[in-house]
Amino acid sequence: MAYYRRRWISRAMSVLTLGCAVLVLAPLFLVLGFLMRTGASAINLEFFTALPGPAGEPGGGMANAIAGTLMLIALAGALAIPLGVLGGVFLAEYPNARLTHLTRFTADVMNGVPSIVMGLFAYVLVVLPFRHFSALAGGVALGVMLIPMVMRTTEEIVRLVPQSVREASLALGVPQWKTILRVIIPTAAAGIVTGIMVGVARIAGETAPLLFTAFGNRFWNWDPLKPVAALPLQIFAYAISPFDDWHRQAWAGALVLVTLVLLVNIAARYAASRQVKLR
Amino acid sequence: MTSIVAARAAPAAAQSGDRYFRWLLIAMAAAVPLIMGAILAVLLSAGWPAMQRFGLAFFVTSTWDPVAREFGVLPFVYGTLVSSTLALLIAVPLGLGVAIFLSELAPGWLRVPVGFLVELLAAIPSVVFGLWGIFVLVPWVRATLTPLLKSSLSFLPLFAGPPLGIGMLTAGLILAIMVVPFIVAVSTAVMRAVPITQREAALALGATRWETTRTAVLPYARSGIIGAIFLALARALGETMAVTMVIGNVPQIKASLLAPAYTIPAVIANEFTEATSDLYVAALIYAGVVLLIVTVIVNVVARVMVGRVARGLAPIRE
Repeated sequence: MAYYRRRWISRAMSVLTLGCAVLVLAPLFLVLGFLMRTGASAINLEFFTALPGPAGEPGGGMANAIAGTLMLIALAGALAIPLGVLGGVFLAEYPNARLTHLTRFTADVMNGVPSIVMGLFAYVLVVLPFRHFSALAGGVALGVMLIPMVMRTTEEIVRLVPQSVREASLALGVPQWKTILRVIIPTAAAGIVTGIMVGVARIAGETAPLLFTAFGNRFWNWDPLKPVAALPLQIFAYAISPFDDWHRQAWAGALVLVTLVLLVNIAARYAASRQVKLR
Repeated sequence: MTSIVAARAAPAAAQSGDRYFRWLLIAMAAAVPLIMGAILAVLLSAGWPAMQRFGLAFFVTSTWDPVAREFGVLPFVYGTLVSSTLALLIAVPLGLGVAIFLSELAPGWLRVPVGFLVELLAAIPSVVFGLWGIFVLVPWVRATLTPLLKSSLSFLPLFAGPPLGIGMLTAGLILAIMVVPFIVAVSTAVMRAVPITQREAALALGATRWETTRTAVLPYARSGIIGAIFLALARALGETMAVTMVIGNVPQIKASLLAPAYTIPAVIANEFTEATSDLYVAALIYAGVVLLIVTVIVNVVARVMVGRVARGLAPIRE
């Protein structure tokens, strides 16, 4: 085959794969464009301050759902952050232990377990014994999803801490546990927090595991043992409702949710790129 | 005197502190396998009544009748498998194209932004895709795509029936959008893990960039790419919200891709809170257990295949 022909094929493949990239990214811009067009017109102060209105009547907001999502995140974080960070430190500091291989592999597999299954787990574990839906159950479902994410990112970041930092601390006679808590974790803190934020952004948008755990609530609730509203649940309920005004609120809710998720991801990306430059 | 005692005691205290702290870390790390085991055990025991009652006939029975307390998941299994297959048929070629672009062919300045945008696509919550599906994709499928398919491919039974907009095809499309970032991310990573010497060897023999990709990179990364596809499959099988919002939720087995269908995650999401009898709940949990076991197996296979390339153990064939 003549060289110019082969070179032409190579260039054609570059263009073709670029076309794939354009096609794959098109939905991202279509979704964002749709949300900006519809959500921006539906969003107002009432959306952030009011309770949901009665069915079919215009007005009302999602204040309780936003608060509920924050509460669920707090519960999930309380479960997952200590476990994930300390477990991740173990994976990084004891790379050859048999438990390290088992945990790392299981964490990766757990990351792929469907979120609805986590909801079933939390239902049987928390809802059945208490005999009613609760924020706690939703927090457990989301927390169990968050653990492997936090653990794996913590591991990656702690591994980046230079060996010389550990040695310097140990050489000063600082015991290993203190070295980990006072030297290694603070050194890696920025990266660990970034990892937690990205994980939280992911669980904040989860709907399926909350359907039969947090369940949703049309009123304020601060009791972890009672059902609580959540932003994604409210979006889902409103999206499949027959009312135009509720559709508008679902768009507004989705715009808020996506804005938060994207901001966190962009901030994390920025933080990560700065860290690479500093090294 | 006391200072000497203190100096001697300090290392001992430090050592015991180390020991306790190590046990704490071990407990935290061991929690993950324990939780995974607990998920399996808890769901198996909760679904046990249905497993005992229906056994394996559960998967080949089409009756889903809560009133008569008869449960079979064949239509849901069918819907799950077909919608996921459809998603992969669309997502795999596109995702591989993007991965090849990002890892081999793209100019340097394009790689980071395109890679980042694909990451953002993965970050959009499922329910938002579902919302967009209801208000944009479904009308588009109904008004544009269906007439197009009917006018060109109407002889196929795949495209028979009224243009509803909701149905298997729409679910496959939205699933494809949602799983493609996973294919891109993992395939790009395994292709970047291919040693640079492999590429240099091909380039030194006079291969063009595409020929290098085809003859040196792709064969080396093959098992990792298959792993990436498996990961995407697991995601597609378990995806709940977006699918349930556009697939129509009708438990039926129709040859037409335009007909509504139902999936296992969707039926759990829609019926769990309404399940009145214990057997009904157990049947839904049984379906969930099956979903869990299948996705875990698919994930394990995927991890093993990706790990093979990442560790540089990929067998070099051809």
